[in-house]
Amino acid sequence: MSDVVNLSRRGFLKAGALAGGGLVLGVYVPPRATAVDPPAAKPTTYKPNAFLRIGSDDTVTVIVNHSEMGQGIYTGLAMIVAEELDADWRKVRVEAAPADPVYNHTMYGIQLTGGSTSTISEWDRFRKAGATARAMLIAAAAAIWKVAPATCRASEGQVIHQESGLFLSYGELAEPASRLAPVRNVALKDPKTFKLIGKPTRRLDTPEKVNGTAVFGIDVTVPGMLTAVLARPPVFGGKARSVNKAKALAIPGVRHVVETDRGVAVVADGFWPAKKGRAALEIEWDLGPLATLDSHLQREEYIELARTPGAVARKQGDAESALAASARVIEAVYDLPYLAHAPMEPLNCVADVRPDGCDVWTGTQAQTLEHHAAAQAAGLKPEQVKIHTTLLGGGFGRRAALDCHFVREAVLVSKAVKAPVKVIWTREDDIKGGYYRPTAHHVVSAGLSPQGRPTAWKHRIVCQSFLIGTPFEAAIVKNGVDETCVEGAADVPYDVPNILVDWKQAPNGVPVQWLRSVGHTHTAFVVESFLDELAHAARTDPLAYRRELLANHPRHQRVLDLAAREFGWEKPLAPGRGRGLALHQSFGSIVAHAVEVTVSKAGVLAVHRVVCAIDCGPVVNPDSVRAQMEGSIVFGLSTLAHEITFALGRVRQRNFHDYPVLRMNETPAIEVHIVRSTDSMGGVGEPGVPPVAPAVANAIFDLTGKRLRKLPIRALDLKQA
Amino acid sequence: MIKLKVNRKEYAVDVSPDTPLLWVIRETIGLTGTKFGCGAAQCGACTVHLDGEAVRSCVTAVERAAGREVVTIEGLPDDLGMPLKDAWIAEDVPQCGYCQSGQIMAAAVLLRETTRPTDEDIDDCMTGNICRCGTYPRIRRAIHRAAAALSKGTGK
Repeated sequence: MSDVVNLSRRGFLKAGALAGGGLVLGVYVPPRATAVDPPAAKPTTYKPNAFLRIGSDDTVTVIVNHSEMGQGIYTGLAMIVAEELDADWRKVRVEAAPADPVYNHTMYGIQLTGGSTSTISEWDRFRKAGATARAMLIAAAAAIWKVAPATCRASEGQVIHQESGLFLSYGELAEPASRLAPVRNVALKDPKTFKLIGKPTRRLDTPEKVNGTAVFGIDVTVPGMLTAVLARPPVFGGKARSVNKAKALAIPGVRHVVETDRGVAVVADGFWPAKKGRAALEIEWDLGPLATLDSHLQREEYIELARTPGAVARKQGDAESALAASARVIEAVYDLPYLAHAPMEPLNCVADVRPDGCDVWTGTQAQTLEHHAAAQAAGLKPEQVKIHTTLLGGGFGRRAALDCHFVREAVLVSKAVKAPVKVIWTREDDIKGGYYRPTAHHVVSAGLSPQGRPTAWKHRIVCQSFLIGTPFEAAIVKNGVDETCVEGAADVPYDVPNILVDWKQAPNGVPVQWLRSVGHTHTAFVVESFLDELAHAARTDPLAYRRELLANHPRHQRVLDLAAREFGWEKPLAPGRGRGLALHQSFGSIVAHAVEVTVSKAGVLAVHRVVCAIDCGPVVNPDSVRAQMEGSIVFGLSTLAHEITFALGRVRQRNFHDYPVLRMNETPAIEVHIVRSTDSMGGVGEPGVPPVAPAVANAIFDLTGKRLRKLPIRALDLKQA
Repeated sequence: MIKLKVNRKEYAVDVSPDTPLLWVIRETIGLTGTKFGCGAAQCGACTVHLDGEAVRSCVTAVERAAGREVVTIEGLPDDLGMPLKDAWIAEDVPQCGYCQSGQIMAAAVLLRETTRPTDEDIDDCMTGNICRCGTYPRIRRAIHRAAAALSKGTGK
């Protein structure tokens, strides 16, 4: 059940939200499940807030509570409202919602953008917001014309009375509609009648993103604002033992040096003096227990951990006995590195802490968490703190920080210097700054029948958890297993009678976090590479092998078949070319990629073509689905090339020269095919990533006979003797 | 005081001469369309034109720009700017959008020098500009589209 409240009747107009009057609707839908209790969060209470405003100038403003980080959610959610509203799409605008419980995620119970859930979680609420407003506009027009509402209809921003030919625009009706009691239990459209939903639609935010006027967090300026950079410990968990500020303070433009629990901040008139000041700091660090961290030794430690059983994520049949009884056993070990998100906009946050209030401007994926963290750091009550969400110059999970560190830093520094402060991270700060995709060690084995069919599947995963010990633990950790560590492995779809998947928690220390498609980033690489190993061991075509094991998964088969058909799997490749495919379900969607590669004599890999098929259920904006698949493929190809490693506790990478990401000249031809589907709706921001790396690894095997079980791929591994 | 000409307007700025041009444009002059991405000429987000050449403003000391013509995304002349922006909109290129100012500034120099660039020309010119969202296929299409519009004269 959801309630609709006419906010215009609650004095919202008087607050100046709308010049010239208009209709403001708040649709309050109680969360379906409150999955998360953030620290200090109060029970959800209704507050007058709006998802939709209609101005007397005909402008329809959709207030979007999900952060726009490139995934096109501002456009997608606006399309849903506009469809049910019968709005004139040319008059639709989007505004970022403030942090407020009324904007909480309908599944997570806090305001958060993640898990590829924005569209599915708002589908009902945003449709209802649009439909209710349409019904009220019709009611307002009918009252003016003194006719029955049923004799009026809405179309492209107007209410029309068919018989008389009378019409009024939404702008003309906004003020009269704002005086009506909300219409309850409105009927939603039959999806067959959708005019906008399902049509490729250009994004609303493109014009401002091509002329330099789009405002990201780093572009925010506040009067009297200073700029800070922080010297953070060179080893995670380290602390400053002594700080000599003198040389930094002597640099023209440097105003303050502030010690915080996150590091030493140099606060200056601008970025350049702040950065020079930081270079001039003399700090003695206590490096802490990670001072000897070394990636090679860490792998040895993970191998040791993998020798004994972990917490069971899936147990079906008796994998151990079936393995012992198998005609043939295949075993393999896979290793994946820490990964940095490296969004193009380095992290930043503007905070203005005053004795009686605090404003925070930042591109965040987690408004509720930031809100409470900022209040705590400022020593203020949550109601004294305002979070202003800007556009995000990329998120990929990096801007959904569970400990809110990048907001806390700015609040702490602003409070200390009693002025608005913008903290800017350099690229080096970002690459070295942690909150990585965890490194993972996998041991996987399978027993094969004499015909080559898998009879047993045993998969052990060793990696860190970033949720145990956080408020999210209760919702996501089940029977000692952090689901984000085993997702994509525990739910392997292939028909194997005996399956055992378990997880060993690796020690904490290096800060880790979700990265676009989270656990699937490593589990899919292992599952889909290993399945390819089994297919080759069984001397069966990898496509046919998968199809046979997916007999009970017609939706998976359909996606696989579409990718294979469009790729031309049956046709022979040109000499010197290899092909591979991979299939993976995540975030409610199923994606398959078929790829074509070459490898030079020197071992340089080139990916020439990626054919992608996706079934994400009903589609709001097909062009957004395409864009997300293209972006996911590029993102996934980047994971073949980069890694974060440690020596003497320090991160060895610094910037894009040693943490390479895919560039224009390395980008393959990409084709995206969307399955026409009426199945349940899934996400699109993440599911395109997981099958990329294994599809390429499988293609490399097809071409060279070399099985790559470790990322990133090095030319040395592929060099021909 | 260092005298600068940015987007055909004169400025006198009081900053340390080693300050990168990027920060003068963004913080002193207040034009924030030019972005900070890496500070090391690795990503191209800060690309501006200096006397018509594409330069990485994050590693260009402001004193090097003294007395020369600086053009940023905000001042990109319409003869190249309009067809490029129109093509970017038609191909729905941006996702997060953060790198796109730099991409367009790099593409503008390509189109000024090469009326009908090949895919190889695009690779050569655009490989220094990173897009983490992966909009490369659309950038490529948009450049071809802008080039076609320019050669037809419809971009005016």
